[in-house]
Amino acid sequence: MDALRDVFGDYTLRSIALGAAALGVVSGILGCFAVLRRQALLGDAMSHAALPGVVLAFMLTGSRAPLVLVCGAALAGWLGALAVLAIVRLSRIKEDSAFGLVLSVFFAIGMLLLSMLQRSGVGGQAGLDKYLFGQAAALVTADVLTIVALGAVTLLLVALFWKEFRVLSFDPAYAASLGYPVRALDILLTSLIVMAIVIGLQLVGVVLMSAMLVAPAVAARQWTNRLGAMALLAGGFGALAGVIGAVISATGRGLATGPVIVVSISVLVLASLTFAPERGMLAGWLRQRGNRRRHATDDGAHP
Amino acid sequence: MHTAAAAIEVTDLTVAYHDTPVLWDVDVRVPHGVLMAIVGPNGAGKTTLIKAILGLVRPAAGQTLIAGLPYAQQRQLVGYVPQRGSVDWDFPTSVLDVVMMGRYGRLGWFRRPGSRERELALAALETVQLQQYANRQISQLSGGQQQRVFLARALVQDAQVYFMDEPFAGVDAVTERAIIGVLQGLRAAGKTVVVVHHDLQTVPEYFDWVTLLNVRVIACGPVAEAFTDEHLRRAYGGRIAFLGGGPSAEVQDAGHAGAPR
Repeated sequence: MDALRDVFGDYTLRSIALGAAALGVVSGILGCFAVLRRQALLGDAMSHAALPGVVLAFMLTGSRAPLVLVCGAALAGWLGALAVLAIVRLSRIKEDSAFGLVLSVFFAIGMLLLSMLQRSGVGGQAGLDKYLFGQAAALVTADVLTIVALGAVTLLLVALFWKEFRVLSFDPAYAASLGYPVRALDILLTSLIVMAIVIGLQLVGVVLMSAMLVAPAVAARQWTNRLGAMALLAGGFGALAGVIGAVISATGRGLATGPVIVVSISVLVLASLTFAPERGMLAGWLRQRGNRRRHATDDGAHP
Repeated sequence: MHTAAAAIEVTDLTVAYHDTPVLWDVDVRVPHGVLMAIVGPNGAGKTTLIKAILGLVRPAAGQTLIAGLPYAQQRQLVGYVPQRGSVDWDFPTSVLDVVMMGRYGRLGWFRRPGSRERELALAALETVQLQQYANRQISQLSGGQQQRVFLARALVQDAQVYFMDEPFAGVDAVTERAIIGVLQGLRAAGKTVVVVHHDLQTVPEYFDWVTLLNVRVIACGPVAEAFTDEHLRRAYGGRIAFLGGGPSAEVQDAGHAGAPR
């Protein structure tokens, strides 16, 4: 109880928890679309691709303002996504290999730039390595405000284009036949996913960020058969995991935040996969056993 | 919309994937109020023809008019039933939600479907005899039911011209009867229905108009004129056996090509 009062009494912790919750809601909701459109790998590639963007943005501007770094991350993430599309279109390389290529090449460039920066001993770079695995304790009010503001814009756009994103995700060819500019909607939705990724980088880090997209959506899908409910649940799961992870990490002994958040959300996924009614493994097992019983008694009745 | 122009007028349409022509110089003219089958062997470009008309694939050349005007201006007149296998049926949505998607084009941007859309969707579900499934998750449907959901979604579009890509694929005989009944009802209401079809034997029974396609158009016209042995042989390249010499025919396996003729 005391720990709980500490958490919500402490201003810093409160603002960190707020940032983590906002990130969880945004990535959970956008993650639903990423998962339903089978773009989970795209999220992973874009978050890894964001690293060189963060480092370059700092090298070019010398600023560590969250908005500057977020812009660098978003640009690089987008460039990564475009690189995947270009590779698939211009060569015979398949999509999964293209994702693997882009992810590792961009990440390697990012690490290279980061180590160059460290060797050159530029003073302000100390904070950049937290973009690898995330560091909630380093979050300041400006960071939280950036997360909340960008997250609010992202969610507003999702709400506005809800019906369009639904038909785009379910049946893009049909959406096109209705006259929707499918290419433009696709770009918009992918941009919003990029947004969800970049606002989470500081908290979760580029390496594990895709888990924040995929895991809440997968957990939520087990409990419901409706897109709206799935999005709300995924947002809730994301927020819960975000707050738990950020608070444990910020109060504990300097644990990297990303891994703690991802472990928390993984527990939710595991519980959902096991215990969800209908889709859960336990329910499936019980159903199977019930069927077998019924067959057995049927056989007894008609020898 | 019954003007002097044909319901569908395709001229000089050519589509190519990676330098391989899929459709070559296709001309098709479909009058109002007919139920037309597009038949042809695998790879003949049947699906591509529909997709090119709907602007889903970019043609290398040619143009398409719907009731006398380019498709982009006539979208509201056109309904589409894609192949059932083209979507993920485990998508988290209900039957009613899918059918209401048929109204999205009329709703325009940002407006959500409301009670009117609900009523229209329920009425369409009744037409395809699925009203009791309105709140089902779509993954709990059989193949034939999924097909009828897609049909209902096109019905709520309240279009004049319908394009359907293999609506009879993988459905049982009862469902096929139910679907053809709905299509004939559309024709009776003066609408034009174009169906990619595989079963040559049912063509004369179900349809009154036919296009035989094999990259090029072999024949296009009323079934009595276009659906002849000669045209079929040209469309299927001899890989066909005719039963009784009439227009009833059956596609044979490539392995049996030319055996009983």
